[in-house]
Amino acid sequence: MSGFPAAAKEALADAQLRRNLGKATTAIRVKRAGAVAELSDWEALREAGAAIKARAMATLPEQLERLEGRVTRAGGTVHWARDGAEANAIVGRIAQDHGAGQVIKVKSLATDEIGLNEALELRGIEAIETDLAELIIQLGDDQQSHILVPAIHRNRAEIAALFERTIAQGQRLGLEPRSIAEAARKHLREKFLSVPMAVSGANFGVAETGSIAVVESEGNGRMCTTLPKVLVTLMGIEKVLPEWRDLEVMLQLLPRSSTAERMNPYTSIWTGVRPGDGPQEFHLVLLDAGRTQVLADEVGRQALHCIRCSACLNVCPVYSRTGGHAYESVYPGPIGAILTPQLEGLDRAPTLPWASSLCGACYEVCPVKIDIPTVLVHLRGRVVREVKSRWSPERVAMDALSLVFRSRGRYERAQRMARAGNGPLARMPGPLSGWTTMRELPDIPPQTFRAWWAQRDATGAGAPGGIDPTDTTGRSHGAP
Amino acid sequence: MTHSAVAVRVALFITCFNDTLFPDAGRATVALLERLGCEVEFRAEQTCCGQMHGNSGYEEAARPLAERFGRVFGDAEVVVSPSASCVGFVREHYGRMGVPFSGPPVYELSEFLVDVLEVEDVGASFPHRVTLHPTCHSIRALGVGDRPERLLRAVRGIDLVELKESRECCGFGGTFAVKNADTSMAMLGDKLRHVLDTRAEVCTAVDTSCLMHIGGALARQRAGVRVMHVAEILAAQE
Repeated sequence: MSGFPAAAKEALADAQLRRNLGKATTAIRVKRAGAVAELSDWEALREAGAAIKARAMATLPEQLERLEGRVTRAGGTVHWARDGAEANAIVGRIAQDHGAGQVIKVKSLATDEIGLNEALELRGIEAIETDLAELIIQLGDDQQSHILVPAIHRNRAEIAALFERTIAQGQRLGLEPRSIAEAARKHLREKFLSVPMAVSGANFGVAETGSIAVVESEGNGRMCTTLPKVLVTLMGIEKVLPEWRDLEVMLQLLPRSSTAERMNPYTSIWTGVRPGDGPQEFHLVLLDAGRTQVLADEVGRQALHCIRCSACLNVCPVYSRTGGHAYESVYPGPIGAILTPQLEGLDRAPTLPWASSLCGACYEVCPVKIDIPTVLVHLRGRVVREVKSRWSPERVAMDALSLVFRSRGRYERAQRMARAGNGPLARMPGPLSGWTTMRELPDIPPQTFRAWWAQRDATGAGAPGGIDPTDTTGRSHGAP
Repeated sequence: MTHSAVAVRVALFITCFNDTLFPDAGRATVALLERLGCEVEFRAEQTCCGQMHGNSGYEEAARPLAERFGRVFGDAEVVVSPSASCVGFVREHYGRMGVPFSGPPVYELSEFLVDVLEVEDVGASFPHRVTLHPTCHSIRALGVGDRPERLLRAVRGIDLVELKESRECCGFGGTFAVKNADTSMAMLGDKLRHVLDTRAEVCTAVDTSCLMHIGGALARQRAGVRVMHVAEILAAQE
C-alpha cells in the first residue's frame, strides 16, 4: 500500500485528529448550508461564477496581458514565472534588493505550493506567517491540512501549549480563545510595524483595472498589504478575472462557501501604487507552474476554476475522516485530488483520483460548479492509460471481465461458476483483502434473477403475487 | 391504491449485480410493476452497463458494454431498473464516453412509479420499523429527491424513521471500498452507528450495492437489522 491509501490509514489511526476534524467539518458544513440558503439566487450565482471562470480560462493569454498592462500603468511591476523556482528567485531577489532580512506573509496557497518560505530561508531571509492558523503551522513545524483552516487538525489546548513553548514563553494562556489569540496578536503587531516587505497571494486579479483582491477574516492581510514599503503578490495565472463586475459574483460566492459568512470581514483591493499611501513599490509575480498544462486537458481544466473556498473539503466524507495530510499536497480534499495530479504530474500522485467514493457531495456545493466526480473519473482513465502497466493484474482482470460481459453465453457461464465459488464474477469486488475486515460478503443466491425468470416463463406463472418478496431465504444479512 | 390507466410495457434492466447477487430485488420489482398493471419483459441479452469499468478508469472496456446496452434496449418502450447507480451511469456517462443511449427513457424504479405511473401508494403493507439510506447516486446523480421516501410513507403499517446524516455516503463507491478499504470502513462505521441508533428492523435503499456494504457490516456485527431494496418493501402485501 502506498500513496493515499497508506497515508489515510495512518491518519485514521489518530483518534484525536478524527475528533478534531469531525467536529470542525460538521460545524462548518451546517453553517455553510444556512448561509447559502439565505440567497434565493444561489444557483444563478453558481452558474454565473462558472461562466466567468470559463471565459477567463478560454481567453487567458488576452486577460493576462490586459492585467499586465493595467498593473504596469498603475505603477506596479509584473514578473512572469514559468515554475516555482523562477518565482522563488524573483521574490528572493526583490527582498535582497531592499536588504530585507525578514518578510511578512499573508496566507497564500500559491507560495506554499512553490515552497517560497524554504527558498527564502536558503537566501537568509525569514518569512513570517501572519495568518493565525499559518502561524500555528509555522511555529509547530507542522503541515497544513486544510485550504482555509490549515490547523484544523489542532484543538485549542494543543495551540495554547504550542504558543507557551514559542511566542509566549513563561506565560499561562489557559483555554480561552481570546487569550490564546492575544498572544499571537502581540507577537505579530511588532512584525507588522517593523518588517519592510510583505508577500501575499491573490484571490482575484482583475484584468480590466489591474486590481488585486485579497479576502480574509483576521485583518493581518490588510496590515501586510498597507504597512510595509514593498509589497509582492504571487498569483497563479488562473486567478485572473476579466472584468471588475465579476467581483460582484465572486465576492458573494466565496465567503458563503468558505466561512459561511455573508461577507468576509476584510476585503483588500489595490491597484498598483499610490504616492504617500501604502506600499511604494508593488510587484506582481504571475505563476504558471503547470497550469498551462492543465489547461490543455479539456475535461481536467475546470480544476483551474477553483476559488479555494474549501467547501468541498468540509462536505467530503473522505476528507472529513482522513484530514488533509493524507493527500500529501498543499491542496487536499476533493479539489486536491483533481488538482495535484494535474499540476505535479499523474505519475507523482497516481492514487489521488481514487481517493473518492464518487458520492458527488463536492460537486453539489462547489460555488463555481466544478464537476469534481467527472474529473476524477477522467483522471482515473488517464492514470490507467498513461501510468499503469499494460499488464497490471487489475487491468488484466478488468479486460477479462469486460469480455465476459460482452457475451450472454460467457456471462451466464460465469454466473454458474460464481455459484461454485469460481471464475471472474466470484472474485468481485476485486482483491478482497480489505472487504472482509468488517463486512461479510453476501452469499451467492442459489438462483439468479434470469434463471428465475426463465423458469417462470416456462411454467407460465406470470401472475402477480406468485412470490413472497419478504421471503429472503438464503440471504446472509440477518432477520428482524 | 391507484393504477395507471394505460398499460405500459416495461423492459426491465436488472443490472448484473442484482441478477447475480440480489435476485430478490428483481423479483420484487417484477411483482410490483405487474401489480400496478405494467407488462414486464426481460431481455436476456442484457449483461452489465459498464459502470464498474467506466468509473474505475477502464473506459475502453466500458464502451463495448455501453454499445451492447444500446443494442439490447434501443427499441424498448421504456426501461426501468431497481438501481439508481446503474441508471445514473447510463444517463450521465454514456454521452461523455461518446456512446450516448439514443433509445427510450431509462428510469430508476422510484422515478418511474412517481413520475410516469403517477402513483405513490402502491398498495403495499409492511408493518416494520424501517429507515431509508438515500444513496449518493440516487440523490446527486439522478436527483430522485424524496420519491423513495414518499413511496415508503404510503406503505401500510410501516414505521419509517429518519436516519441521521442520511445524505452522507456509506463508503461503498465500487472499487473505492477495496482500494481505500480503511477510509471506506471509517465511513461505514459512522453510517452503521446512525442505522443502529434508529432501532430500525430494516435498512432500505434504492441501490443494492450500498445495501451489500451496509448489510455486510450489520451481518458481521449480528446486529439483527436486515437490508432490503425499496422494491421488496413496496412489493410486500398482507
